[in-house]
Amino acid sequence: MEHAIVRTTDVTKSFQLGDHTLEVLKGISLTISTGRYISIMGPSGSGKSTLFNMIGGLDKPTSGKVFIDEVDVAQLDAYELAWLRCRKIGYIFQTFNLIPVMTALENVTLPMTFAGTGSDEANERGMELLKQVGLDQRYHHKPSELSGGQQQRVAVARALANTPAIILADEPTGNLDLTTGEEIITLLKQMSIERGVTVISATHDFKMLNVSDEVIWIRDGRIDKIEQRDELNISVGTIDEK
Amino acid sequence: MERLPPLPLKKSLEIAFQSIRVRFFRSLVTTTSLVLAVAFLSYTQTWNDLANSLFLSHNQAAIQKLIQTGFDINENTQAIGESPKQQWLMTLALLVCVVGIINAQLMAVTERFREIGTMKCLGALDRVVLLLFVLEAGMQGLAGSLAGAFLGSIAGLLQSFFTFGSLIWSTFPVVELLQTASQAVAIGCLLSLIGVLYPALQAARMQPVVAMRMEQ
Repeated sequence: MEHAIVRTTDVTKSFQLGDHTLEVLKGISLTISTGRYISIMGPSGSGKSTLFNMIGGLDKPTSGKVFIDEVDVAQLDAYELAWLRCRKIGYIFQTFNLIPVMTALENVTLPMTFAGTGSDEANERGMELLKQVGLDQRYHHKPSELSGGQQQRVAVARALANTPAIILADEPTGNLDLTTGEEIITLLKQMSIERGVTVISATHDFKMLNVSDEVIWIRDGRIDKIEQRDELNISVGTIDEK
Repeated sequence: MERLPPLPLKKSLEIAFQSIRVRFFRSLVTTTSLVLAVAFLSYTQTWNDLANSLFLSHNQAAIQKLIQTGFDINENTQAIGESPKQQWLMTLALLVCVVGIINAQLMAVTERFREIGTMKCLGALDRVVLLLFVLEAGMQGLAGSLAGAFLGSIAGLLQSFFTFGSLIWSTFPVVELLQTASQAVAIGCLLSLIGVLYPALQAARMQPVVAMRMEQ
């Protein structure tokens, strides 16, 4: 069996809304193996984002367990969680979330700085990453001087800064037009293949399906179905026919 | 499970300084209330220092001039200090200034919630975020207090000169004036740090998941 990078066992999550309790996740167990490209799909309000935040170590389950690289996230203290977020996981956001006061290169090297990498090495590796995403010419530009697609490319480079095991992408194409969105998807897929990094993305962009190894459909706080790549084409076909 | 090494102070200073520099106008507005309060403080004290040194010179002409100016001097007076009214005004000015700083810094934290959340996702610890805000406030405080103390001292000197004329040069209290100025700078820095404490704590406690939020 392949090594499981993320494993959840019977995860539930409830939120207290005034008097009543809202159960967002109703028992989710899944295993994600290393190096795959996973899409989590589901309508808004399905609990997709909540599950996604659990997997990313950003939120703790009400019951059940989340293991990242076989470590129980609930057992970690603040320092260990910070280490996990810095070294193991790379985050990509729908709204890009580059630090507005920093240049592209500084944004890419920031996680390395947090990880304790020296300036020279960080700059060198940062430039290399920017080159891989095709933005080495614009390293000294601020995010406000870059287009949406370019900002997201910088964000991809930043997510790869500390060679993480997992890249978590939350609707990475949500704020981009069709072509630019496709470019980012291709870039993510390419990074996943070249670097063997596990990509997990929450999305309702059907373009994502074409590159995914596995699609997890969430509906009403439960796993609706999990489809592998070979089964996928069929269901995409049916969607197209509608 | 491993832990992250602490962020070097030099790097934190760099990040904080850059943040002020890029948002220069914004920082200027935040600092202005501090500049004004510190200037008022050092102006009042400079004026009192100079009057006191004239009084202590026991020069009859000078004392006449002081009485004419409105200082309450009789045979029991030992030294000229701040009047209760001046103390009251200074306290009020400093209080208003702290409230202004807290307000501006809370705004800054709200404005930057996504930035703070993102930094936490990238591995920033609570205390790194806290330190960055405190460093920023410290730099703003130092710059603002220096400017305020300088402006206030100059204003105090000019007013004394126009009131007492060249009399002030004979007893010019260099040491006291320098003390007054450095005291004003210290108070200014302290106020800036007090003002940022609560907002910075709030920023530090922010959950990284806020970075994921959609709304602006």
